[in-house]
Amino acid sequence: MATEATYIAQSPDIASSTLGDDTMIMSTLDSTLFILNSVGTVIWKAADGATPLSRIVQEKVCAEFDVSETQALVDAKEFVEKLAQHGILHVSGEPVPRKEMA
Amino acid sequence: MSKSMQLPGSMTSHNVVIEIGGLPIEVQTADAGFERLLRGRYRDYVKPGVAPEFSLRVQLTPSVSNDPDVDAEVWLEGREWRMERGDFRARWNPAEGQGEVFQSANPYSIDSVLRIIHTLMLAPTGGFLVHASSAVRNGKAFLFSGVSEAGKTTMARLAPPDVALLTDEASYVRKVDGRYFAYGTPFAGEFGEPGKNISAPIAALYLLKKASENRPGNRIDEIDPADAVRRLLRNILFFAHETESVRQVFASACSFVVAVPVYQLSFFPDQRVWELIG
Repeated sequence: MATEATYIAQSPDIASSTLGDDTMIMSTLDSTLFILNSVGTVIWKAADGATPLSRIVQEKVCAEFDVSETQALVDAKEFVEKLAQHGILHVSGEPVPRKEMA
Repeated sequence: MSKSMQLPGSMTSHNVVIEIGGLPIEVQTADAGFERLLRGRYRDYVKPGVAPEFSLRVQLTPSVSNDPDVDAEVWLEGREWRMERGDFRARWNPAEGQGEVFQSANPYSIDSVLRIIHTLMLAPTGGFLVHASSAVRNGKAFLFSGVSEAGKTTMARLAPPDVALLTDEASYVRKVDGRYFAYGTPFAGEFGEPGKNISAPIAALYLLKKASENRPGNRIDEIDPADAVRRLLRNILFFAHETESVRQVFASACSFVVAVPVYQLSFFPDQRVWELIG
């Protein structure tokens, strides 16, 4: 489960591209396609494995979108867990080493 | 007239240079009858005077299996692509531009092998084969893509006389100096006729949708770029599942959508739909 001490990193088994405000992500394992909206795109781009999710929400999401930090964090946790279930995002309680990232 | 040369084993080779998408492959066979078959099937794409950049040796064998309907498997083994289906097995070395096919003397196997090899050649360059009919009008190419029964062949059948058809089945897309071009292919669908061996810059890709009875008119709608990529990917022919290749195809689809207008074309199957094209 994602907590405030959560770190997120893009999986190496993906291809991604930003089109307009959206980001498209394809799993190279099973060719499943995901389309992230503008909020998802901000979180995805910040998923460097080193920045805690709470800081991403505070410094990126809340800075760009009109949303309370509490609500944004709840939504972000749900979002990253969904992506993690599909194997395109690594979620960890500790910073993720770069070699495990895309 | 075919070139003749001595291959190892003293087999007389009957070579046919087949140029699709501007990429000439010399298909080599020791069988004069198979050579005739190739010349007939690919007649507009046979280029006797063109120096081949690639070669594909066909070894005719007693039928491996007669089931061309199963999916082809394509995988990378070392530096070579291997491909296998019920009716053929083949290898392709992209670095050397050479390959070999084992199949019986039938046109369907070589047709499939050529399609696969061309997808493998196109992938690193941003090009692809896509389930789409395509045509040239006023010097511009238009693609009409969709799944089976979407209307690809119908669009080809309805084309007026000033339209040159490139294919009704598998459109050939190349990226040249940052621009996208469609080429004619001999890969025919229900229409049964090879496309004209010409090319033109792509002006638009239309994703086909048959008009409903409630709204029978012809209509062109803008499509969200992400949706366009998703629908384009569904129709790109690609057989390999190796990670780098999947990345290449994905990148190609995204780049294409950024560079080429993509629309949804809802149409009622009569000639009036072509009033919207060109």
